Amino acid sequence: MTSADAPRPPLLTLTGVAKTYEGGTVALSGVDAEIRRGDFVSLVGPSGCGKSTLLRIVAGLIGASAGHVRWHTSSGARPADVGFVFQDATLMPWASVLDNVYLPLKLRGIAFDKARPQLMDALARVGLADFAGAFPRELSGGMKMRVSLARALVTDPPMLLMDEPFAALDEFTREKLDDDLLDLWRSQRWTVIFVTHSIYESVYLSERVLVMGARPGRVLGEVEIGAPHPRGPAFRRSHDYADHCAAVSAALREGVRP
Amino acid sequence: MNSEDSAMSRFTRIVVPAAIGVVFLGIWEASVRLGDVPLFVLPPPSAIGASLVANFGSLMGSLWVTLRVTLMAFVLAAVGGIGLAILFSQSRRIEMALFPYAVVLQVTPVVAIAPLILIWVGYDRVELAVLILAWMVAFFPILSNTTLGLRSADHNLRDLFRLYGASRWQVLSELQLPSALPYILAGMKISGGLALIGAVVAEFVAGSGTGAGLAWRIVEAGYRLDIPRMFAALFLLSVLGITIFFGLTWVEHRLLRRWHESAVRREF
Repeated sequence: MTSADAPRPPLLTLTGVAKTYEGGTVALSGVDAEIRRGDFVSLVGPSGCGKSTLLRIVAGLIGASAGHVRWHTSSGARPADVGFVFQDATLMPWASVLDNVYLPLKLRGIAFDKARPQLMDALARVGLADFAGAFPRELSGGMKMRVSLARALVTDPPMLLMDEPFAALDEFTREKLDDDLLDLWRSQRWTVIFVTHSIYESVYLSERVLVMGARPGRVLGEVEIGAPHPRGPAFRRSHDYADHCAAVSAALREGVRP
Repeated sequence: MNSEDSAMSRFTRIVVPAAIGVVFLGIWEASVRLGDVPLFVLPPPSAIGASLVANFGSLMGSLWVTLRVTLMAFVLAAVGGIGLAILFSQSRRIEMALFPYAVVLQVTPVVAIAPLILIWVGYDRVELAVLILAWMVAFFPILSNTTLGLRSADHNLRDLFRLYGASRWQVLSELQLPSALPYILAGMKISGGLALIGAVVAEFVAGSGTGAGLAWRIVEAGYRLDIPRMFAALFLLSVLGITIFFGLTWVEHRLLRRWHESAVRREF
């Protein structure tokens, strides 16, 4: 399967989105972007470029100071189901793995017994079926992140928003999770917006990379990746990969003013 | 931790302090007897034990009175403190309006208010006055700890709850209260001891009106220069305080041992 199949209809259009925080810090100025259904888009940029702010605006957690966020859904609003994965696993330490994954369904009033098959399925998809009864503090960083991922996908959301999810993990765990995420993305047909500060990770994962610059936060350019799937170690060694990384890197450098 | 280590730690935790206690009592007993110290200055441990046995009925009755007031004050402080903290967490305005008065209640020395409370409540209902005073002392640590705990919930988790459309009640019951639990329990541990102190101070001030609590037994024994009985009552008060402390520590351990850093046993 390649990204060259039928053009994807748009899901979300951002026009002139800006955010100024109280106190006058300009986090974002005039961001235009389009996210298509089934897209895997990375936002890459240095710290302070507003990529997390942009993700939070898309999620509806904070409002934009100016500009429009237009959803091309039947309701014209954000899909009710959106999975969100934070940089740290953000688990409830007092709850078992199973109860953590149950949270989104619990908040919706779905009884535990009825949710149970769904929970076990979500845990199986991230490879943690044997750890349902464990507590977060008993797990490694990578495993916690997997629980967080299972929680995000337990509601079968059409869209996944990820805020530097694997940034705090070691290289080896991170590459494994990147591969698992891509496998899941291909089987679930999610729309994913993935915030990262790693050029390599953004190129490896995405269909498109939006390169962002800081002070003020803005989109500097877009790099189309379009490499076929599945991507594996061979892709990491290919000339294509190196070229894309160089392109993203060049776009990033353009944004750095002396 | 291997068995040798655990035997070692049990030895150092229980046997060593107990041995020091026995040696201390032995020196006390011996020096009082050898030095011919009068009974009303310092009674030997044996005399205190004998007094405890001789006055067992009345002292146990007093213990029960003090225990009952302490426990009631503690439970009311927990219910009131947690309840008010929840109210504060729901409305910043209510918190700003009421918190200063809670502080006033806390910083005013209980001994200073005691006579006033006694007059208001009336000498015919001294036990109620003692209860109110003990409650006033015990209330604040639970209120301030719970308020802090409810506010300390992880902000990313808060965002997650919002994202999934959680109601206020769900945020409170599923996120804020569990996050606050270690704080609440720490507050309760402080308040448990303070409730006892409050009860004792209030009994002192109320004087003969109570005629029943352990603190009054101490005052009474002092008037009669019955120092062994004074020590016996003091000993029971200590035991009561220690029991409350360890009881609450046990509850804390049971509730937190699976997840909270403070209660998890670590291996080095």
